[in-house]
Formats: sequence, structure tokens, C-alpha cells
Amino acid sequence: MTTQLERPPAESEETSRNLLTEQGSGAVADGIFRKVTLLSGVAVLVILVLIAVTTTKQAWPAFSEFGTSYFFGTEWIPSEGLYGILPLVYGTVLVSLIAVFFAVPLSIGIALFVTELAHRRVRSSITLVIDLLAAVPSVVFGLWGFYQLIPIFQSVFNTISEAVASIPVLNVIFGPGSGSSFMSAGLILALMIIPIITSVTREVFLTVPENDKSGSLALGATRWEMIKGVVIPHSTGGLTGAVMLGLGRAMGETVAVALLIGASPQISANLFGRGETMPAQIFRSLSEAGGVYRSALIGLGVCLFVITIVVNVSARRMVLVIDRRIKGTV
Amino acid sequence: MSNTSSESTEQVFQSLTSANMSKKRRFRNAAASVAMVGAFLVAAIPLFAMGASVLSQGLGVVLSVDWWTQPIPGDVGRSDLAGNEDLCGLGFGDAAECESGESSTSVVEGMQPAIVGTFLTVFGASVMAIPLGILGAVYLHEYGKTGRLARFIRFMTDVMVGVPSVVMGVFIYTIWVLNFGTNGKSAFAASLALGCLMLPIVVRSTEEMLKLVPNALREASAALGTRTWKTTLKVVLPAASAGITSGCLLAVARAAGETAPVVFTIGYVTTTNFSMRGQNTTLSAQIYSQLTNGGSIATQLAWGAAVTLVGIVLVLTLTARAISSRLTIGRT
Repeated sequence: MTTQLERPPAESEETSRNLLTEQGSGAVADGIFRKVTLLSGVAVLVILVLIAVTTTKQAWPAFSEFGTSYFFGTEWIPSEGLYGILPLVYGTVLVSLIAVFFAVPLSIGIALFVTELAHRRVRSSITLVIDLLAAVPSVVFGLWGFYQLIPIFQSVFNTISEAVASIPVLNVIFGPGSGSSFMSAGLILALMIIPIITSVTREVFLTVPENDKSGSLALGATRWEMIKGVVIPHSTGGLTGAVMLGLGRAMGETVAVALLIGASPQISANLFGRGETMPAQIFRSLSEAGGVYRSALIGLGVCLFVITIVVNVSARRMVLVIDRRIKGTV
Repeated sequence: MSNTSSESTEQVFQSLTSANMSKKRRFRNAAASVAMVGAFLVAAIPLFAMGASVLSQGLGVVLSVDWWTQPIPGDVGRSDLAGNEDLCGLGFGDAAECESGESSTSVVEGMQPAIVGTFLTVFGASVMAIPLGILGAVYLHEYGKTGRLARFIRFMTDVMVGVPSVVMGVFIYTIWVLNFGTNGKSAFAASLALGCLMLPIVVRSTEEMLKLVPNALREASAALGTRTWKTTLKVVLPAASAGITSGCLLAVARAAGETAPVVFTIGYVTTTNFSMRGQNTTLSAQIYSQLTNGGSIATQLAWGAAVTLVGIVLVLTLTARAISSRLTIGRT
């Protein structure tokens, strides 16, 4: 009865009852709204399926014409009709690994700095710097790297390769090279994936129970011993997830890599040599390509899609498992 | 008794102060702290170096009125592209060689077409992705919750965030540009690609914000007899609006800076095109193509476009941060 008192007198008891039950226009609107939101949610799935289907369809001529020589061929020379994607896959993986190699220790250091070392007031300015680093567009990294870093890289790489010229294995890995190389692209990529790895790592470190940390300090551990004994062992799984996410991001980065890698598809152990990655090759050539060449490039897109999905799914799985474990303990 | 106890307390005290700690442990602890600060500096210094060089190289052109009102000096850049391609190959690897061929000086320097194009494509992408993304997030958090479909969509959204932007470009290229030929290249096609890129970001950030809305609000609204749809539109979304806005701004900033999906869906123009149809250009695409053109004027244009783009992205990012930090204060 209270409902009736609060309602305007014009409204009869029947309409107010309708409003509260499953019938009437309200229920219809509810159903429609639910369906609209459901469709919007499903849009993500539809887009993913469409990406897979349409790109595979366009790439099919290349897949069927070259077959295994497409996936396992070691030469990518479009002008001679050679479409073997291995050099590009090699470049993508190598550059991403270089990036992860440099970015992971730095990101862990920054995350520890933010969570364990920095004063509360400094903390927000550190995250601001990292956020800004994340905000800079890829092409600006490329522009800066192209004009300002390549000359520096050139001289540094030359010095290193001359220094190790007589050492058996190192003189192959750090052979004579140029300013645009696997290493140049990997270094600029490292800078670009630091923000994502740092932010995930920070989240992981924040889940370390405060009691464990205090307990360790109370037993007389230094801050570093506490980090080594409590924070890192507690976070290994999450760190793996963070590294995988960084790897996935590095594999897909396009413009900055395209500008710094030197555009010559080759499988070479020389980190200072020129190379090429899959996204860079697509980016450079898709607009002008036609026929089989275009199919082969779209096929590269399909491969890249599959690889990054595999990397991301396993990364997310890891993060999910960790989420569950943390929720279980708390 | 009391005497011995005070003695041992002193001992404990001494062993706990750093004065009594072994040199090795003290050194390691200090070294670790230095390494952490060092890691931050290694990341921060390149950022500032990059900021400084972008500003010093590009600010000059940006400050003139012409920059915002004039068309791009197309013939300058495009004409030496052919010559440069022979020199540098598609790799344009050696910067010095690529730059050497160019010395002509033109007066007109403008970037209006790219500025207009950037706003057009980003606007188009936002119109498509933001409502769809918010509604999708509403489904995930208000209806689907922990159901099987919702969990699957959530997982796939996370995966989609990781799909490289160049793949989105290839997708729109195959589904749109190849179907419509050269007419297919337009600001609209680029919007589609950027929209695909933004959608999962919007969904995930919006859902995070919906999680922050206290359930008591939903229950109170339901207790007054309000339908779920009305509760969502009039109570939940307004309560989360600050956070949602901040997340959307970050997605917009990300889209504005993207190059890879834009380059093969938008084409190239040197005069301003206010329409979603027909070829267009964006700041990021200009940076790339002027850079590959080489030459002093093209280089100037590239740095100028970089300043403009970084400015736009910074404004968006800092606004998003300001909104979300105010939100955090309100919450605590």
C-alpha cells in the first residue's frame, strides 16, 4: 500500500502492479535492452571470427599455391616469386626476444621501485612517466629512432663488433652491421613494451600479502632480501604472464620496427645485421601489392594473428590461474 | 634479572641496526635500490630525450598559422619519392643517403588535411566503438556476470586487445578496400579499422568501472520497482560515467596514434577532405610517409606532424588521468 501512497494519484493500482510484474511495456523494454547488450557483447566474437575467415579466404591462393614452401621456405623474395615466410617469422621472434630480454629486468626494477622503494608522493610521478611512455604513438618512436638513434647505434654496434672480432661465437652474433638492424628494432621495442610489462608486474607485486613482507623484515632481512625471499617467489607465475603479454605486444608492433629494422628478410645470427618482421613487411608492401604477392602478405597477417592469439591466450591463462590462486588464499 | 634483560635488548638492537650488518648484505641492499632507481632512469631518460628532440625539431613549423590552415605541399614530398626508392630500396635504411637528394625549399608548409583526417577517423571510430563497447560491457557485468558466454566473451576480449593493430588493418583491407576497389580507401574504412582496435579496450575498461559501482545502488533502484534497463541507464552508467569517460579517452588516444591500420585503408591526399568518403590522410600516416620521402621539407613536415600528434595524444591522456584521479579521491 505504501507504493500507492508514493505514486501520483492518477495511476491506478493495476498499472502499478503491471510495473512490478513481468508483464507490460517495461518487461518488453527490459528484454530488448538485454538483447541489445548481448548483441554488443557478441560483436567482439563476431569480429574475431570475421578476421579469421576473411583474411584466411584472401590468403588462400598463396597457401594453396605454395603449400609447405610458404610456411617453411627460407627465402622471401617477392620479385622472384619466392614466398617463404620463415625469415620474417625469425625476424619477428628474434626482435621480440631482444625486446623482452631488455625490457623485463627494467620493468621488474621499475615495478619494485614503485611498490617497495618509492615514497608515496614520488609514486604518482613515476607512474605518470610510465603512462606517458605508453601514450607515445609507435610512429613517433619510429621517427625519433630513425633520425636520432640510428647514427648512435651505428657507432656503438661498430665498436662492439670490432671489440669482439676475434672471439669465436661472439663475432658471429655481434658481427659487422648497420644502424638499422635486429638489435636497433629490438631496443626501441623494449622501450615500447616497458609500460605494459611494468603495469602487469606492479599489479602482481601488489598482491603479495603485507604480512609476509613484514614478517620477513621483522626477522631482520634487508629490503632486498625481503624482495628476493618473499616478493619474487610469490610472483613468479604472474611475472611469466606479464612477460608473455609483453612478448605478444612486441610481436605485433609495426611502424617503429619497420623504420629501424632495415627491411631485408634474412635468417642471420648477426644481431647487428638487417632483418625484417612480419608486421613490418605487411605494412611496407600491402598497399602496392597485387595478385599472389597480396595473398602472401595477407597470409602473413593470418600467421601473425594466429601466433599472437596463441601467445595472448597462454598469457591470459597464466594470469587467470594466478588470479584464482590469489583469490583462493585470501 | 632486569639488568641482563636490558643488556640483551641492547644486543638485539645493535644487531638490527644497519651499523652491525655485514658489509656484504648492506652493499647488496644498497645496490638493489640503486638498480631499481637506475631501471626507472633507463626508461625515463629516452622518454625525455625523445620529447626534447620532437619539440625542438617540430615546434617551429607548428607555431605558424599556415600549419593549421594550408594543404600539405604534396609535390615536394611525392616527387622525390620515386628517386629515393631507387636509392634506398623499400628499406630506406641509410638515412644519410635518403636525405642527400633533396635541397629544394618551398615556403608553404601546412598539415591541415592530416589534422582534419585524424579528427574525422578518430571521431568515426569512436562513434562506432564506444556505444558498442559500453553496451557490451553492460552485458558482461549486468547480465552475463559469471555465465559461460560472458566468461568466454571476456576472455576473447582480452585476446582481442592483444591482436596487433596491423592485423586489424589487413582485416578491413580485405573486407572493405578489396571489395570497393580504390573507392574503398576512405576515412570511413580507417574508422572501421580503428573502431575494431578500440572496441575491446572500451569493453574491458568500462567493465572494470561497472565493477566499482556499489551493488547497493542497483538494489536500491530495484527496490523502488525500477526495471533493470532503466537502473542501468539511469543509475549504474551515470555512477560510473567518470571512469568510463577516462577509459574511452585512453582508447581514443590509442586510436589517434595508430599508423599501421590507417595506412592501407585511408589512401593519400594533400588537400583537406572533410568527408568520410574518399581518400584522406592522418597525422600518423603523414609522419610515416614524409619520413620515407626524405628531404629537408618532408623531414620538417614529419617532425611537425609528430609534435601535433603527440600534443593531441597527451591532452587526451592527461585529461583521462585527471578524470580518473578525481574519481579515486571521490571513492575513498
